[in-house]
Amino acid sequence: MTDFLNALTLLGNFLIIPGLTYGSQLALGALGVTLVYGVLRFSNFGHGETMAFGAMVTILVTWGLQSVGISIQPLPTALLAIPVGIAVTVLLTLLLDRFVYRYHRERKANPVIFLIVSIGVMFFLGGLIRFIIGPGDQIFFDGTRFILKAREFKQLTGLDEGLSLKMTQAVTIVTAVMIVAAMFWFLNHTRTGKSMRAYSDNENLALLSGINPDRVVMITWILVAALATIAGTLYGLDKSFKPFVYMQLLLPIFASAIVGGVGNPIGAIAGGYVIAFSELILTFAYKKVVLYLGPESMEVESLVQFLGTDYKIAVSFIILVIVLIIKPTGLFSGKTI
Amino acid sequence: MSFLLGEQMTGGYGAADILHDCSIGVEKGEIAVIVGPNGAGKSTAMKAVFGMLPLRKGRVLFDGDDVTQLKPEERVVKGMGFVPQTHNVFTSMTVEENLEMGAFIRTDSISDSIAQVYDLFPILKEKRKQPAGELSGGQRQQVAVGRALMTHPKVLMLDEPTAGVSPIVMDELFDRIIEIARLDVAILMVEQNAKQALEIADKGYVLVQGHNRFTDTGEALLANPEVRKAFLGG
Repeated sequence: MTDFLNALTLLGNFLIIPGLTYGSQLALGALGVTLVYGVLRFSNFGHGETMAFGAMVTILVTWGLQSVGISIQPLPTALLAIPVGIAVTVLLTLLLDRFVYRYHRERKANPVIFLIVSIGVMFFLGGLIRFIIGPGDQIFFDGTRFILKAREFKQLTGLDEGLSLKMTQAVTIVTAVMIVAAMFWFLNHTRTGKSMRAYSDNENLALLSGINPDRVVMITWILVAALATIAGTLYGLDKSFKPFVYMQLLLPIFASAIVGGVGNPIGAIAGGYVIAFSELILTFAYKKVVLYLGPESMEVESLVQFLGTDYKIAVSFIILVIVLIIKPTGLFSGKTI
Repeated sequence: MSFLLGEQMTGGYGAADILHDCSIGVEKGEIAVIVGPNGAGKSTAMKAVFGMLPLRKGRVLFDGDDVTQLKPEERVVKGMGFVPQTHNVFTSMTVEENLEMGAFIRTDSISDSIAQVYDLFPILKEKRKQPAGELSGGQRQQVAVGRALMTHPKVLMLDEPTAGVSPIVMDELFDRIIEIARLDVAILMVEQNAKQALEIADKGYVLVQGHNRFTDTGEALLANPEVRKAFLGG
């Protein structure tokens, strides 16, 4: 029995909590990608850098707050800085839309052109971010590091394995749940949210119903900027902020959106967790779990791992390919890319 | 002068004109039907009246105003309602949400209008929480008409409302359309089922290759041997 509880704790500590955290970050990112796809009808490759930009602004404001001694112990100060980060990122996305995307929208450009334009935006933003904050690692986390320490857990339960819960993990999961709930409430219960869904569903009929497309586009960019800033900041708090990492995040984020069904918000959330847990389950070393659960005399030589952690990014790529071949509309029947 | 009148409309999508001096009009409380063979420009004439087709010549008059230069969405605000032939409902949204979106331009309470649509199409009340995409073809058409009615239009334009529905559903839809006309709404529709449509029409337009070929009351067109022979199958 103790062995079983030890194995369970081990999985909880290294698989379930990190999976929920990473999944929440991907879900928020994928939600932004899916909104752009649903309303503006293109795959926004600039989304990773939008996340990095929002996180960057939040970090700069956090440093400012830290330097004048403002904090919200035990929570990280960055949470206080997020609204400013969102405001500046909203400004950025609206400017980009006004001077880059609107031109192509008015010409009713092919989605492929939008996609290529968004790649240009991605490089531009990447350069801008490295120009402002530099390419290096930035640490901006403060506040209490652990809510539950492994040692305390061991003392409390008498188990050999410890379960720890980092502040960043708790903050990520709680924030994600709140944001997602607010997002769905907005989309399903407000007039503006419904008009966004209507526009996404059938552009011409939305026009015939008197829905103003410019307003829908503007609100979409505001939501996307907010989601990107929150997702980027949470990811940076949890891991650390490094501009290049956000470009690499693009693959798991797109995989999440597509697995769930692109254009479908529920799908984006589910997809985020599917990708996160697949990555972790396939690259987790089960050696200790097997030792706990197997017969006592059993000896395990290897790490009992499906894939080396180096192949983590390959997991989302493989899932992406499988979904596109077998069920291109995704789990929740989004649009086909 | 008709309540809604597309006068001598000439125009098309590209270089070639589809409509040639085509005139279409309808009075309040009346039903006008556009019939004709495939490719006659029936739907195009309808779109021209609604501002979805650039006109080279001619004009559109509505309620005494020249609306030729107005965009379709501006005509909706003026009191014109349009039900497209396809993609005429928000498939991922519930029946009730479809109706709410139909009333998007209104700022007053819409519950009365929703109740009115439910009175007209009782089945929609039953299905109000269901996504419109899950309904049958006939029910979808009812949602589409209901959506257009939510703005209390003075003229309702229907592009082949009975396309792809069974004859029984078609009769029922026509009954509903007559009911709507009795509310003093002008109805202009394009129909493939020419015979049945002309039976309920106060006015009929037979178009051939973008020209007005015959224009008369529905009854007279049905009785006209030339029309019967060429367009109604004898």
